[in-house]
Amino acid sequence: MRNTLAITQREMNAYFASPIAYVLIGFFALLFGWFFYVPLAYFAEQSGQAGMNPTQALNMNQMLVGPTLMNTTVIMLFLFPLITMRTYSEEKRSGTIELLLTSPVTDVEIIMGKFLGAMLLYGAMLAVTLIHMSVLFIFGDPEWKPIATGYLGLLLMGGCFLSLGLFISSLTKNQIVAAMATFGVFLMLWVISWISQFVGPTTQTVLRYLSLTEHFDDFAKGIIDTKHVIYYLSFMAFGLFLTAKSVDSERWRG
Amino acid sequence: MIEVQHLSKKYGPFTAVDDVSFRAESGEILGFLGPNGAGKTTTMRIITGYMPATGGKATVAGFDVFDQPLEAKRRTGYLPETPPLYPDMTVREYLRFVAKIKGLRANVNDRVNAVMKKTWVTDMADRHCGKLSKGYKQRVGLAQALIHEPEVLVLDEPTAGLDPKQIIETRQLIRSLAGTHTIVLSTHILPEVAQTCQKVVIINKGKIVATDTPLALTERLRGSATIFVQAHGPADEVQRALQGITGVVRVNVTDRRDDVGNFDVDTEKGIDLRREVASAIVRNGWGLLELRPMGMSLEDIFLSLTTTETEAEDLEAEKAVVDA
Repeated sequence: MRNTLAITQREMNAYFASPIAYVLIGFFALLFGWFFYVPLAYFAEQSGQAGMNPTQALNMNQMLVGPTLMNTTVIMLFLFPLITMRTYSEEKRSGTIELLLTSPVTDVEIIMGKFLGAMLLYGAMLAVTLIHMSVLFIFGDPEWKPIATGYLGLLLMGGCFLSLGLFISSLTKNQIVAAMATFGVFLMLWVISWISQFVGPTTQTVLRYLSLTEHFDDFAKGIIDTKHVIYYLSFMAFGLFLTAKSVDSERWRG
Repeated sequence: MIEVQHLSKKYGPFTAVDDVSFRAESGEILGFLGPNGAGKTTTMRIITGYMPATGGKATVAGFDVFDQPLEAKRRTGYLPETPPLYPDMTVREYLRFVAKIKGLRANVNDRVNAVMKKTWVTDMADRHCGKLSKGYKQRVGLAQALIHEPEVLVLDEPTAGLDPKQIIETRQLIRSLAGTHTIVLSTHILPEVAQTCQKVVIINKGKIVATDTPLALTERLRGSATIFVQAHGPADEVQRALQGITGVVRVNVTDRRDDVGNFDVDTEKGIDLRREVASAIVRNGWGLLELRPMGMSLEDIFLSLTTTETEAEDLEAEKAVVDA
């Protein structure tokens, strides 16, 4: 555990002692702000009209928070490959991987340390968006529970992306290759359910189940379904497992 | 103590290390000598647990590096060929991090300071590793290997990239570490081995070609002793006179200019004929300008062991020596 924390600390150092963290958080905040503002403007306009016609009740959670959090997953799609691309690739290229692998630390401790570091950076990114949410609480009256489940969903889904990115980074020395491949796989997992209307019912169910975003819908609506939680957690575990196998096989191949 | 038994490593069809066995006793410095690509780095990577061997076994401080990797790693300090530094960390931050992952819990700061002092990097303590010169990087790499006071040190070309003064200092440091540490260092610089190591393992193309002390290696390969003589006098007569001494096997005239000749006098092994050679020349009224025994230098041994068969290989080994 101490070893894992030492590595997490070192990862945080790498993110925050370089421009990486600030650039990522900055652009994430900018894009999130935009994705937040657009439905907000729409909501403000609608509620203005609704004021004249009181029969129609508007739901801030459904109209504003839900769509914003859904759209956040698009930002993750683009930014996350940039977080994970360096995790292993950089160590391999610079040779520091030799230090880690010859230290009395297990592969799992290293992987968990790196994963935790990436999760903390992601947490810092999400923390910035709490400012936007607090604005809603100041000027409006949203339900806090669906917002909380939405953030839980984002964290879980982000964890899946990061574990997969970690695995892809462990396959190559080249950070650009790692980023491109990660982006490609993320996008594929994103759109894999698009074909579901043209295939048979069984394939349809499987494809919809595989899609990372399909599982997010319920979280955005304020539902915590164990089916989805288990899906995300097992996805994460599988990504980390693949990373462990990749690091190990790299050793044997030399 | 480091023990390596019948170690081999294959990369696909290519054999990088082939049935290598050697042993470094506690407190000993063992030099691992060989041309580039001989399998030095691969062997060291196996000893340090970076990669598993295809066959054979390696034991560090009594722990098998494959079966008990954590125990073995806890007792090993390793300086890879390129110092494994994080460019975005300062020297102090970096050493603190290494101390932690090496399992050091108490007095981390004291250890970091001590090891920085030992490797002369204290003045760069708050500089980022990425901004250091090659010499400093190498020394921080060495500091990193020493941080947890390991029983065993594995140093892959510890003096590469250093200037002559730093090389001398680093060799002194390594020598001062012997006794309390068991050290394996690799190099393709021959004088380094002669100056720092108690034992030499010469490796070529993955195979060990010789294991001995630097001195014994020189002795063993000499076969017969040769005395170099430069004398003022008629070369043919001098040659004849020297040939007449009992114990002299052969006299070669290597150079003659005016009345000065150079002679290689091969003598039987184990006898010293310098006195007889000198008096033979003086007795004849010639001038003795120079007289010295010729040992085979480590360079000669290295070349004779690692260069065989073909011309191309000769050139390769020569290049390795020139590179050094």
